Amino acid sequence: MTDHHNAYDGLLGGDASQWAFGTDFEDPLAGVDTTLPEGADAAALAAYCLMLGDDALIYSHRLSEWASNAPDLEEDIALANVALDLLGQARLLLARAAAADPDAVPALPPGSPVPPEDALAFFRDEHAFRNVRLVEAENGDFAVTVVRLLVFSTYRLALVQRLATSRDPVLSAIAAKAVKELTYHRDYAGRWFLTLARGTEESRRRLVRGLDLVWPLHDELFVAHDVERLVAEQGVGVDPASVADEVDVLLEQVFSVSGLERPRLPRTGSVAGGTGRHGRHSEGMGRLLAEMQVVARAHPTGRW
Amino acid sequence: MSGVRTSAGAHEVAAAVVDPEMPMLTLEDLGVLRDVEVGPDGRVTVTITPTYSGCPAMATMRDDLVHRLADHGYDEVSVRVSLHPAWSTDWITPRGRRALVEHGISAPGPAPRHDGPIALQLTPTRRVVDCPRCGSSETELTSEFGSTACKALYRCTACLESFDRVKEI
Repeated sequence: MTDHHNAYDGLLGGDASQWAFGTDFEDPLAGVDTTLPEGADAAALAAYCLMLGDDALIYSHRLSEWASNAPDLEEDIALANVALDLLGQARLLLARAAAADPDAVPALPPGSPVPPEDALAFFRDEHAFRNVRLVEAENGDFAVTVVRLLVFSTYRLALVQRLATSRDPVLSAIAAKAVKELTYHRDYAGRWFLTLARGTEESRRRLVRGLDLVWPLHDELFVAHDVERLVAEQGVGVDPASVADEVDVLLEQVFSVSGLERPRLPRTGSVAGGTGRHGRHSEGMGRLLAEMQVVARAHPTGRW
Repeated sequence: MSGVRTSAGAHEVAAAVVDPEMPMLTLEDLGVLRDVEVGPDGRVTVTITPTYSGCPAMATMRDDLVHRLADHGYDEVSVRVSLHPAWSTDWITPRGRRALVEHGISAPGPAPRHDGPIALQLTPTRRVVDCPRCGSSETELTSEFGSTACKALYRCTACLESFDRVKEI
């Protein structure tokens, strides 16, 4: 038996079995064959995985801000669960990006135990993030959150359903798993959308305001970046423009049941010719990253 | 402790490891344990399939597998992940389903099949769910998201107890 001089001795080394969670990082793709499919471009596949991974990571962080702040306990738990699913998708996608193109991973001090997917999440600067701007926007009230979750999960579900037949077996497996998770997210958001639309005058007013706030960033989801077009041509990715019609039909279904018109608002303009997929982000992104990354960056050789 | 190091022996040890969040289920009952093999060098390779992408229990499952196998003399253990096919609640064994109900958790029904576009469900899916405590079918869904990612929360309107249900995926 170990004789501990103080309560903290046991934290250093020794028998890891005393911990509920392992003290070592584990590779989420341990044993998975990450060989590139024939004809796939490594750098493009990695860049594409960063786009899908960053969407999930940044949105997961935003949604997790609802933990302990939601209107009631059920919604608190629901939003935290959605955030957890997305975080899991992000981890796998960033690990896939790192395996495809190790050069995409920021360099850390020698001996750093930080795994590649964490290096990508915590040690890239704002301009290196490839998420759409929709996911980085501040949560707003619960109605705004419901609208944004409906738009995002409808888009992402349509996308990952097609991605499940990717020629990259890793991406295909991650996508097939995500389909099951996103089905629950989209139904959750759709039901709340309807509930708020048919609720009180105030809930409906807030929902309409939410739509007006979220809608200008909706178009950006379906504008293909060169990388997305390239991976789609190579059979490993999906051109987001190809899911626009399906998403449109589904959203129209929710709008018509709710008795709401889709907003007629111009889309948020690009910044210096670029959008989120080019690393050009909106004001909230910097603050989000500051909070998300500060602890990891303060301890680049830390073990967690 | 040492014994005969066979794939069957290692499988027996690995199969008895329990889920960290639902300890009434072994990893085999849960359907997470896909394969256990002992190589000619005595090295054990365990293959598992994650339940949910972000399930925090996966790290614990790996650790528990390594430790329990080490307790039985299998010192070299690596745990691999198999992502395809994705885990489904259909893989939970009949024994696992009985164990869930015995512990007050409703067992999942058949997982939905997704062929073609997935229809939007704007009203809660009606499922026949029996209360694991009193057996009544007078139950209602409280939330699709329960105490863990894999569970939904229900309420029995007969005995008024709330209960968890492993949701079908």
